[in-house]
Amino acid sequence: QDTQEKETVTPERAEEAKLKAKYPNLGQKPGGSDFLMKRLQKGQKYFDSGDYNMAKAKMKNKQLPSVGPDKNLVTGDHIPTPQDLPQRKSSLVTSKLAG
Amino acid sequence: FLGAGGGNDIQWCFSQVKGAVDDDVAEADIISTVEFNHSGELLATGDKGGRVVIFQQEQENKTQSHSRGEYNVYSTFQSHEPEFDYLKSLEIEEKINKIRWLPQKNAAQFLLSTNDKTIKLWKISERDKRPEGYNLKEEDGRYRDPTTVTTLRVPVFRPMDLMVEASPRRIFANAHTYHINSISINSDYETYLSADDLRINLWHLEITDRSFNIVDIKPANMEELTEVITAAEFHPNSCNTFVYSSSKGTIRLCDMRASALCDRHSKLFEEPEDPSNRSFFSEIISSISDVKFSHSGRYMMTRDYLSVKIWDLNMENRPVETYQVHEYLRSKLCSLYENDCIFDKFECCWNGSDSIVMTGSYNNFFRMFDRNSKRDVTLEASRENNKPRTVLKPRKVCASGKRKKDEISVDSLDFNKKILHTAWHPKENIIAVATTNNLYIFQDKMN
Repeated sequence: QDTQEKETVTPERAEEAKLKAKYPNLGQKPGGSDFLMKRLQKGQKYFDSGDYNMAKAKMKNKQLPSVGPDKNLVTGDHIPTPQDLPQRKSSLVTSKLAG
Repeated sequence: FLGAGGGNDIQWCFSQVKGAVDDDVAEADIISTVEFNHSGELLATGDKGGRVVIFQQEQENKTQSHSRGEYNVYSTFQSHEPEFDYLKSLEIEEKINKIRWLPQKNAAQFLLSTNDKTIKLWKISERDKRPEGYNLKEEDGRYRDPTTVTTLRVPVFRPMDLMVEASPRRIFANAHTYHINSISINSDYETYLSADDLRINLWHLEITDRSFNIVDIKPANMEELTEVITAAEFHPNSCNTFVYSSSKGTIRLCDMRASALCDRHSKLFEEPEDPSNRSFFSEIISSISDVKFSHSGRYMMTRDYLSVKIWDLNMENRPVETYQVHEYLRSKLCSLYENDCIFDKFECCWNGSDSIVMTGSYNNFFRMFDRNSKRDVTLEASRENNKPRTVLKPRKVCASGKRKKDEISVDSLDFNKKILHTAWHPKENIIAVATTNNLYIFQDKMN
């Protein structure tokens, strides 16, 4: 920015500039479609049976990339296997608030 | 600020804390909702593991006149379980989003609890006697050989240790495509609403196989989606009126007498924005995370990321009062966006007389604003300084410049310690404050 500028930048605008400097490709509409769609799709799981069966076949020959620390994050390289899926059932342990 | 002494300032004291001490918090133990019942005698919590714990205030002890009764565990049950919708390939969390109590009509207590998709009506009842002296059954339940019975007796009820049982009486399912954020019981005590991101449904408490859609903001083309419903509540006295808030900072008041589908609001509450102040963050921080009517029904309160606003239902163009919760975060929005904290959904609540409002913040701080004196205070929910009847010391955050002794600088705040859920007893100065996995109860100092 022009160093001669007399106006002070509001704190919000300064933060915005920081963010845009870090992520130049950030979309113009933060509250728009993409962000809201992500909120609506919470919980959506995807499974490709072709990938799964290919992985089962390959696993006999070599080790596949194993799941990272965040089991819920499915990346392109990782083929989910039943062992990797997070446990679905809650353990039905009593809440510690009642202890 | 409140607590400076004199007059009607409340002096808050630690009363109790519930939950594990250790820092390693299991996901299931994260508290997701806190709610007093209508008399304040019962306090319910819901957690991420789908469990509900209800505390009951013990009867006032005449010898301990300096404090009100303590809250002890009354009942605990598994309300919701994790599910998988195979048709939609959708994982459904068991986290309890909201609990709402029904007013008490008979000996039993009723509450509604909801996760993302299903609402349940639970009956909590006490059993303190059991029948004994059956003719055909032994005391352990085994059946006796009828040929061995030579005399008859009349079974009688004998006292037993109090047992509190929770049973699901109604399951209201399959009415929400999107995630339920609110439930609210109507003042008619017969119907209630449930709201998800795009729709609001009206139910009758007795009927589970049908519900009426009363608001639908889903656009024909999802590419055109610009806002979602964030909270909804029925008016405390007018059974035809409800409000819902949006992710764009607006509140719509609807009248169910106007039409069956309330897509057209009766009133739209929105504070005009100064266009020169607009930034990337403006819309995100204007998103309303909670809306609550005052007990009187004359006002409503909204919570957005940085402030609490009080609206007069008769004035749509701006709030009548605005209170800054943690304005010092405005110059931290970049990092709060990166760590997702900017999307945290804080709730807010009124005291019984609508004179004070309360909401949570970070670092296990919570804030109270006295609407009459215009004074505010920041307090901390912490296990340090938790001797009963010690007055809580007000906290102060230093936004910039030289930090005074006892002040905490913004950069030292722990953003993982969020107080999202708080509740105020309907009649007394007793408050319940939930940190991540602990429940604190504070009371005012009685003299």
